[in-house]
Amino acid sequence: MLDRHKFLEKNSLVLTVAILVTVAVGGAVEIAPLFYLESTIEKVEGVRPYSPLELAGRDIYIREGCYTCHSQQIRPLRDEVERYGHYSLAAESMYDHPFQWGSKRTGPDLARVGGKYSDEWQRQHLIDPRSVVPESVMPPYALLDKNRLAYHDIENKLRALRLEGVPYTDEMIENAKSDLEAQVDPFSADYDALLARYPKAQIRNFDGDSSAVSEMDAMIAYLQVLGTMVDFSTYEAEENYR
Amino acid sequence: MARNDKRGPATDDTTGHEWDGIREFNNPLPRWWVLTFYATVVWAIVYWVFMPAWPGLTGYTKGLRNHSERANVAADIARLEAARGASIKRLAAVTRVEEVENDPDLLQFTLAAGASIFGDNCATCHGSGGQGFPGYPNLNDDSWLWGGSFADIKQTIRYGIRSGHEKAHVSVMQAFGRDGLLPPETISDLVAHVIRLSGGEADAAAAARAAPVFQQQCAACHGPAGKGDPLQGAPDLTDAIWLYGGDRKSIHTTLTNGRAGVMPAWEGRLTQDQITALAVYVHDLGGGQ
Repeated sequence: MLDRHKFLEKNSLVLTVAILVTVAVGGAVEIAPLFYLESTIEKVEGVRPYSPLELAGRDIYIREGCYTCHSQQIRPLRDEVERYGHYSLAAESMYDHPFQWGSKRTGPDLARVGGKYSDEWQRQHLIDPRSVVPESVMPPYALLDKNRLAYHDIENKLRALRLEGVPYTDEMIENAKSDLEAQVDPFSADYDALLARYPKAQIRNFDGDSSAVSEMDAMIAYLQVLGTMVDFSTYEAEENYR
Repeated sequence: MARNDKRGPATDDTTGHEWDGIREFNNPLPRWWVLTFYATVVWAIVYWVFMPAWPGLTGYTKGLRNHSERANVAADIARLEAARGASIKRLAAVTRVEEVENDPDLLQFTLAAGASIFGDNCATCHGSGGQGFPGYPNLNDDSWLWGGSFADIKQTIRYGIRSGHEKAHVSVMQAFGRDGLLPPETISDLVAHVIRLSGGEADAAAAARAAPVFQQQCAACHGPAGKGDPLQGAPDLTDAIWLYGGDRKSIHTTLTNGRAGVMPAWEGRLTQDQITALAVYVHDLGGGQ
């Protein structure tokens, strides 16, 4: 064995080719499956790209590091399904870049938190978690309620995600700013157009203050859409067993 | 200049290489390590045969065991439902709370299920003992905003309050101050009137001034005597129970900005049996009517 190795070590060109072959095999095994992701993502109805306001909320979620304590992934295990609802589908995070599956649950899983609590509860809980959950160890995020949302570059965020493969249309990008403002205003003229672009989007004043769009608005809009896009009454679970 | 090693195979415990006078010990990996490594290689091949492994053009190799986590969890849940079987089936058919209360076994099952569902879903707002928080009603007392019968509780859980569900309870406490429906001084008088309604101490003259305003603006929902109306979710103002606080400042805020608390609809998120179990549990917390 050592004698044959000598041949490799003494012929640098042969060694280079051998290294390339080894790395190529290793790379192919890791990279090739990524080209077949389509076969792992279920065909489901209802999953749409985030609306601009939800997307802004998602960015705050990432900025504040929520993912370090909250997962967004209900595993196919009985106790998780019993507690949190239907296990998460690959399709539900196909437009997430980066995905927010997380790896640690200091707090509960948030994959289906949308619609579970009222906007007012979410606001109160983010401002002072222990005012509603006395045993909570979550830090307060009262600043979200004070900060105005910076969304001057929201079109660019949509554009960047389109490069990643999220199907934002030109129309969505063009109207991103007005869509964002319309989602916190149920009396907006853009109401129907927003709903046409982002079906079933929830349109209301999320933080209870209509004077400005706050980071709290964006955050609650994001939390309230989590896990609500797929209608599980029509989902064919058995066709997607894997 | 390096002198190539021209010696034959090593006779001592070196590799036989020598470069610039430096010789290399031959230190092979421990046998146990090498064997473990080969065992993992064999294990990988066995795994490919039995378990899902390689991606293909249209899917992936399923393996001889045809393993599926999703099928497993479905089977797990089916087993759980079978274990709960008879009791769950009876719960689904329950229309009156007495049917459960008169059957000790079913009641025990239902309360245990209800407590667990309550802990996962309701305790976050209503407190782990149902004691409530400001804005989130106490479920242990006899005061019910939307009715405390089994059917009322079940309706509230299913569709929520101002939840956006088309069958949800909806009513609005007007923002009398913010929307300019009443002048500030009248609101101050009304605060005194409301405090006196519940037996508190406040300026009698101010309260008297507000009496006709109360009849005009408030009585439609809260009743002429302020006893409330569960059909409209209007709280009883004469008792000592306050959803948002009964002090002067809280009542003033309520009258100025209005109130419209939201309870989510649980239809779709919970099954009918779970909702029934929860309704029985909440009904039995203390104040069911």
